Amino acid sequence: MTSTNAIGEAVKRREDFRFLKGLGRYTDDINIPRQTYCYFLRSSVAHAQIGRIDVSQALVAPGVVAVFTQADIDASGPVGGLPCGWQVTGKDGAVMKEPKHPILAAGKVRHVGDPIVAVIAETLAEARNAAELIDVELAELAAVVDMKKAIAGGGQTVHAEAPDNLCYDWELGDKAAVDAAFASAAHVTKLDLVNNRLIANAIEPRVAIGHYELANGDYTLYTTSQNPHVIRLLMGAFVLQIPEHKLRVYAPDVGGGFGSKIFHYAEEAFVTWASKQILRPVKWTADRSESFITDAHGRDHVTHVEMAFDKNANIIALKCETLANMGAYLSTFAPSVPTWLHGTLLAGQYRTPAIHCNVKAVFTNTVPVDAYRGAGRPEATFILERTLSKAARELGLDQIEIRRRNFIKNDQFPYQTPVAVVYDTGDYAASMDKAIELADVSGFPARKAASKAKGKLRGLGVASYIEACGIAPSSLVGSLGARAGLFEAATVRVNPTGSVTVLTGSHSHGQGHETTFAQVVAEKLGIPMESVEIVHGDTNRVPFGLGTYGSRSLAVGGTAIVNALDKVIEKGRKIAAFLLEAAEADIEFKDGSFQVKGTDKKKAFGEISLAAYVPHKYPLETLEPGLEETAFYDPKNFTFPAGTYICEVEIDPRTGEVVIASFVAADDFGNIVNPMIVEGQVHGGLAQGIGQALLEHAVYDDNGQLKSGSYMDYTMPRADDLPSFTVATTVTACTHNPLGVKGCGEAGAIGSPPAVINAICDALSEYGVDHIDMPATPARIWAAIRAAK
Amino acid sequence: MTEIVVEINGRSIRRQIEPNLLLVDLLRQDLDLTGTHVGCDTAQCGACTVHIDGHAAKACNVLAVQVDGSYVTTIEGLSRGNDMSVVQAAFKEAHGLQCGFCTPGMVMAATDLLSKTPKPTEAEIRTGLKGNICRCTGYHNIVKAVQIASGQTTV
Repeated sequence: MTSTNAIGEAVKRREDFRFLKGLGRYTDDINIPRQTYCYFLRSSVAHAQIGRIDVSQALVAPGVVAVFTQADIDASGPVGGLPCGWQVTGKDGAVMKEPKHPILAAGKVRHVGDPIVAVIAETLAEARNAAELIDVELAELAAVVDMKKAIAGGGQTVHAEAPDNLCYDWELGDKAAVDAAFASAAHVTKLDLVNNRLIANAIEPRVAIGHYELANGDYTLYTTSQNPHVIRLLMGAFVLQIPEHKLRVYAPDVGGGFGSKIFHYAEEAFVTWASKQILRPVKWTADRSESFITDAHGRDHVTHVEMAFDKNANIIALKCETLANMGAYLSTFAPSVPTWLHGTLLAGQYRTPAIHCNVKAVFTNTVPVDAYRGAGRPEATFILERTLSKAARELGLDQIEIRRRNFIKNDQFPYQTPVAVVYDTGDYAASMDKAIELADVSGFPARKAASKAKGKLRGLGVASYIEACGIAPSSLVGSLGARAGLFEAATVRVNPTGSVTVLTGSHSHGQGHETTFAQVVAEKLGIPMESVEIVHGDTNRVPFGLGTYGSRSLAVGGTAIVNALDKVIEKGRKIAAFLLEAAEADIEFKDGSFQVKGTDKKKAFGEISLAAYVPHKYPLETLEPGLEETAFYDPKNFTFPAGTYICEVEIDPRTGEVVIASFVAADDFGNIVNPMIVEGQVHGGLAQGIGQALLEHAVYDDNGQLKSGSYMDYTMPRADDLPSFTVATTVTACTHNPLGVKGCGEAGAIGSPPAVINAICDALSEYGVDHIDMPATPARIWAAIRAAK
Repeated sequence: MTEIVVEINGRSIRRQIEPNLLLVDLLRQDLDLTGTHVGCDTAQCGACTVHIDGHAAKACNVLAVQVDGSYVTTIEGLSRGNDMSVVQAAFKEAHGLQCGFCTPGMVMAATDLLSKTPKPTEAEIRTGLKGNICRCTGYHNIVKAVQIASGQTTV
């Protein structure tokens, strides 16, 4: 624990003590004197015109402080709608349709859960009870649910601004080259795929507390966010028009995010606005039923894919057409997910020379859909890896061989794909070899025979994924439509006696940054980890930040810390040169000391920091006192983690029940700072990916009612649904950040769904079943077997 | 209002409460024992698991009046000061937690499991904890933590 050379060690997490003792401080644990409670009356129907709203009885109900509708918000002054952070430009330069997203519903309700009226009372029970006294006239309209019908024309529209419910029609790649390749193909494999709608379901529901202080005009928003500075920017600048210096956004311990806590939500803006109206703090805590119908959902793509091969089973072209559900409004980063986070990954690990993809984004009367762990990359990987395994079967090739034959070779890096991105490095054969070894693929036929003897089916599924983390550089993403930069900031504050406070714009909601980042600082400065404190999640303490999502924290946020540390060391060398009466060029920083090269003259890090703050003997003419440095780091490229996953399943053909017999993940995340934490990230991702493949599905009926709206209906993976995992890593270091790190947060959720479905299809191949949709429930498998018979 | 007397984490509490007050709200709102968390509204997630008279129970699904005369242990009562119980220490050792939100309930459930089945098999651990949802860990390291706490393995 006191090691100073801590990079690469499985250091136990320093945040665990407070969590294990019940001393974590989550947003709902915060209560402010004179606090009121907010309850939202939400639409129980998917699509309706709002008529008269009568709140008169609620206003006089016990404990009620105030009742607000959107009309009250509009009357209060200039208040904007919830902004979208990414503008996609479609075919022929057509800019996406971006309908207004008011804080509370205006004119129409557009999904079950759309907030109509907010009731604020002394207690939550009083707010709830008063909401029952509100009368809202709703003239119900036909619900737009099915994407194909939604864009077919002639039906209802969700927004007048988007005729036929089309948000954008986007394409990427060279269509002519793809068509030419298909014309010469020896074989074409086709598939229709559904990437099932999921709900992130962080176990901590969202919470927001708005607190306006009349004394100084300051606002504070306490919120369950993965990126408090982004919320401050979006809510302050676009919605409530509060300048940054008067708005503090504080996201303390956050109980999981998985993407769903990136976005700026209506409730955050409402409680902040309302607190100024009533001059009291306003607290809102979602209950789980509310989370299901208000947290942004994930995935929900429908795709037709075709892959063309030459006579040697080399992929010569790929084309796919995707419908992507946006839901009822554009959530913060929704438009980017099926486009730049999806189309750009369609080369996968392969040398496919020509790729074309077309994505139509569709408005429906469902909860907004946005990034969920992996965001676009799981969908791309599912397309490629399902299609390749189906092709292997059609071509009579082994599913491993067809991948190997098409891998980008090690000497081809940096590799320019036909879908815009350049992979800096990788060794796809190495992770494949590692997975094959750990999965004991050569022993599979014997295990299959043993299963067969028990009347069971056994299948082996392979999936090789690539992902893109740390989306950057800002200039590029700006040209693609991002309305934010994607750099990260860090301040390293060396205190007078040599301890270090690091202020990072990354946000930890389970990732263990307080440990991993401290390991990096301890190693770079040669000081004990105990002397390092990591501060995050508070816009009043951290200079700036873009937060944690897209597996970016160590590659981008960690690099910002390293760059700030380099500045600290550089200044330390100047101070040391003065104190040691040596030339600056002769000072080297080693093992926590500044020393004159080739001599035993040196000053410890703590002596230099003390001199910086007590500058009695100090080069004041040329150097400022103090030792604190800030760095902003904007990466030159994405990082590209990759790996191969192998899943083995056993299926009972009489019931359709699937048991995961083994699951192996071999990942290349570049260099690793804390292998224990990295393994934990992979485990969690695998559980979510296996959950998608076997259990989870957010289902709407034709009326736009969410049928899977509780933990009784939406099947969360539980301990007895999952196996123990075998995980391993291979390493090619990222070439463009100083730590050589790539990112590990999403890989498990990206690579595992096709590995599971490929295994199931392998097991069912003797029945001629060549595809099964996710989630592959016992009912679906049983029906597929019956249909084949 | 109804009067209850209940021992919580070794302290006797006498309170006038509304009869519809849930135990979890008594703990979180009235007693500021915020280590017990609320993750759902259907008694499915287990984040609110506490011990009532030595048995695990979901505090969101128990009325406070029902614990009149009982003793209740919450995560805050599992160990004192800087100490951690065997189960708490094992969760840290095995990296059996990430965001920490399900953790108090998971630790209480695991403690209950081990009190009844001191040397559980992996299957018994998985079945024993299926009332508690964790979204971060994939349960792999939670299972390992329980194996460590039961003395059946080390990391």
